[in-house]
Amino acid sequence: MRFTPHTSEDRAAMLAALGLGSVDELFEVIPEPLRARSWDLPPGMSEPEVSQYLAKLAGLNAQDLVCFLGGGFYDHYIPAAVDALISRGEFYTAYTPYQAEMSQGILQSIFEYQSAICRLTGLDAANASLYDGGTALYEAAMMAVRKTKRKKLIVCTSVSPIYRIMLRTYTINLHLELVEADVSDPAVLQGLLDQDTAGLILQNPDFFGVLHDYAPHFAAVRELKGLGILGCNPIALAVAKTPAQMGADIAVGEGQPLGLPLSFGGPYLGFMAVSQALLRTMPGRIVGRTHDGQGRVGYCLTLQTREQHIRREKATSNICSNEALCALAAVIFLGLMGKQGLVELAELNMTQAAYARERLCAIDGVEPVDQGPWFNEFRVRLPIDARVAVSRMIDKGIAAGFPLGRYYPEQSNNLLVAVTEKRSKEEIGYLAEGLEAVL
Amino acid sequence: MKTIFEISRPGRRAASLPCSRVDQRFCQMSKLPPELRRSEPAELPEVAEIDLVRHYTLLSRMNFGVDVGTYPLGSCTMKYNPKFTEVAARLPGFAGLHPLLPQLRRGGLLAQGALQVIYELERLLKQITGMDAFTMQPLAGAHGELTGIMLMAAYHNDKGNQKSLVLVPDSAHGTNPASAAIAGYQVVTVPSKDGVMDPAAFKEKLSDQVAGVMMTNPNTVGLFNPYIAEIAEAAHQADALMYYDGANLNAIMGYAKPADLGFDIVHLNLHKTFGTPHGGGGPGAGPVGVVERLRDYMPISRVDVRGDGTLFLDYDHPKSIGYVAPFYGNFGVCLKAFAYILALGGEGLKEVSQDAVLAANYLRVKLGDKWQVAFDRPCMHEVVFSAEDKAAQHGVSALDVAKALIDEGFHPPTIYFPLVVKEAMMVEPTETEALENLDALVAAMGRIADKAASDPEALHAAPVTTPVGRLDEVSAARHPVLQEPQA
Repeated sequence: MRFTPHTSEDRAAMLAALGLGSVDELFEVIPEPLRARSWDLPPGMSEPEVSQYLAKLAGLNAQDLVCFLGGGFYDHYIPAAVDALISRGEFYTAYTPYQAEMSQGILQSIFEYQSAICRLTGLDAANASLYDGGTALYEAAMMAVRKTKRKKLIVCTSVSPIYRIMLRTYTINLHLELVEADVSDPAVLQGLLDQDTAGLILQNPDFFGVLHDYAPHFAAVRELKGLGILGCNPIALAVAKTPAQMGADIAVGEGQPLGLPLSFGGPYLGFMAVSQALLRTMPGRIVGRTHDGQGRVGYCLTLQTREQHIRREKATSNICSNEALCALAAVIFLGLMGKQGLVELAELNMTQAAYARERLCAIDGVEPVDQGPWFNEFRVRLPIDARVAVSRMIDKGIAAGFPLGRYYPEQSNNLLVAVTEKRSKEEIGYLAEGLEAVL
Repeated sequence: MKTIFEISRPGRRAASLPCSRVDQRFCQMSKLPPELRRSEPAELPEVAEIDLVRHYTLLSRMNFGVDVGTYPLGSCTMKYNPKFTEVAARLPGFAGLHPLLPQLRRGGLLAQGALQVIYELERLLKQITGMDAFTMQPLAGAHGELTGIMLMAAYHNDKGNQKSLVLVPDSAHGTNPASAAIAGYQVVTVPSKDGVMDPAAFKEKLSDQVAGVMMTNPNTVGLFNPYIAEIAEAAHQADALMYYDGANLNAIMGYAKPADLGFDIVHLNLHKTFGTPHGGGGPGAGPVGVVERLRDYMPISRVDVRGDGTLFLDYDHPKSIGYVAPFYGNFGVCLKAFAYILALGGEGLKEVSQDAVLAANYLRVKLGDKWQVAFDRPCMHEVVFSAEDKAAQHGVSALDVAKALIDEGFHPPTIYFPLVVKEAMMVEPTETEALENLDALVAAMGRIADKAASDPEALHAAPVTTPVGRLDEVSAARHPVLQEPQA
């Protein structure tokens, strides 16, 4: 299948205008010894053939699996209006709104997205989005390093282990000191905080689903003029104490729960909001409201002197794009849920998870690990290796949760279970009964 | 137009949630201690579904995409985005798949289709570029650059090389120097000569301190650098790695492969070369390929095949740089690119490059009548013009030309980039713009050129057909309003 509209007459006309006999002449600038010696790609296929092949591959993936996997990525219901609106070609076939006058749609939607993120986090300014929650966390850490001109980052071990690996990858050549410890204990934190601390990175709810008040932790790092960074679940923000109320300087998180499909790991969305003092060191695109010569309100990309296309090697980040379509999905999702609906959604998640927790902990040999309170995820200790239990559950058509031994070797019997509004009481029952049978 | 917050009315709602069927005693909110709660609900919009749908539909009508009209935005490759790939990415077997599933024991067996997409796409990208290994993890082009530079650093660290510099030509995308700097290197800019990086100037800057060289070929002025073999050889003699910014790979498919040109690391912009939509600024995808000697450092996980033919995630690579993304990249985008490559096949991809280069050269000649071509010789997939003469003679800048083109119904070219051309206008028609559209663009640019001489004031006033005119960007930056003020 081809998508070029040119007929052989069109090509001939263009070649004639160039005074050329063949298109190959345009490639003669490539020295002969460097030319491709092979081009052994498969022949093209028709649209129905490719579609059928991809449908076949999709069919090789789990179809009716009951999913209790979370770990920062959740199986929430996505209202139909989200996809209907982001599927409009005017949005999804556009690029970065460099020409503001003909891009007011995307620009205003990003402004609205920024507003929604500010309202959820309580902070002063949000950017137009970053790639994902992990890269947003890394960008926040680097902001702290730049702003404080210090070298030490303290990261709690209850921050997503996936994001901590990413942070290690990104900082390995930067001569920074990355300290990972369970600093949810204030005494441990006090022992690590010092004059060289650029930032303290915490997560709420933490990777194990537990909700915290980190106000004392952020107060302690602020006293030493370091920055407080909080990773957040955006749906939990509907009910949880906000990053601003806790005294965090930067809030970041994975936006996937806001109307984005799990899609095997992406595309997702990293959100970031900061306090006023950090605005001009924030990475990424930012949209501002302004006006034209006739006083009409409009929106444009702003504060661009932070960015790579102007500052090159002195930019605050190398990021050039954002995840605009995902941000559009997120603001549509938040609009559909609305002020009251998002609170109800958060409560529903907590309620279903609480029920699942009680059902699982009623099984002989299964115990809760934490005291709570929890959001929509929790860990339980099984009497056997959680990897074994989960593999047995797979055969029953249930992804029972994430065995924590993978990232926390000392927690090989611990299972992390996520429960969203999509999991029915019956499905939670299958989980409990199934688990009881395989232990 | 009012924002979604301004049309909010207390009490309206669109949310439709299931009723919990578990006992009331499981309700957690009343048990949540006050210090863990937010004091007030977030002031999100309160709208009915119809309000919201109309709002975003109206906003979409204030936006210009490839589906609306010709979009010759240089370097961004705004080609047509096939619709069937959108359907494929939304198949429940892909869209509903949790990324942690294959990390569970026996879970990989329930994700074989998705793993196969990654495995096969990797194989196709290897054939297209000549590279020996690919990772799908990088989430965008600039993210691929950062990944590539981190691989470069891992290679030198492993060999015990002490190197601190990365060379970048003056015509490079701004992301190139930014990526190198963020990965911890000092950037040295190499001047161009007659549009391309000059091998003599390059060798002057080359030393044993140089870790690598970042190039795109053809470069941002649309010219293929014919000295590439000489540059690569010199770099390799200094044990510097050659990095290929794949933003312009769409110009040479079937004619040259980055590996044969001497490159060691390459990132590809799937959203450019392989037709996935740009989404108003993202998501894209920036897979990275490397030659054999860099394979060990590639991110984990990697998709590999077992003896029985099943695919699995392989994490056992002790020299790997780790994770650059949480999972396997922007899978949904990779899937669309995979579908695109399968549909076109080898001959179709070669035709993409032929038609893109042919269209750019056609515009070079046709527009060259009235507009100054920055480098007047055959170009590849894009061509740079300059409004420098119009600015000097009539006070009409590249910005004025761009705004006038909006009134003509076109998305303007990229302006003021590359930096090496004054009043630059970078035109990339792509292979999917029909001849009559190219001719219409030529005619519109012709009218603008005439108007520059006869009525420059009219061009300063453009655009006049859009919902808003030129915006006050200075006050936007001086007094930033970045969110809807709260009551």
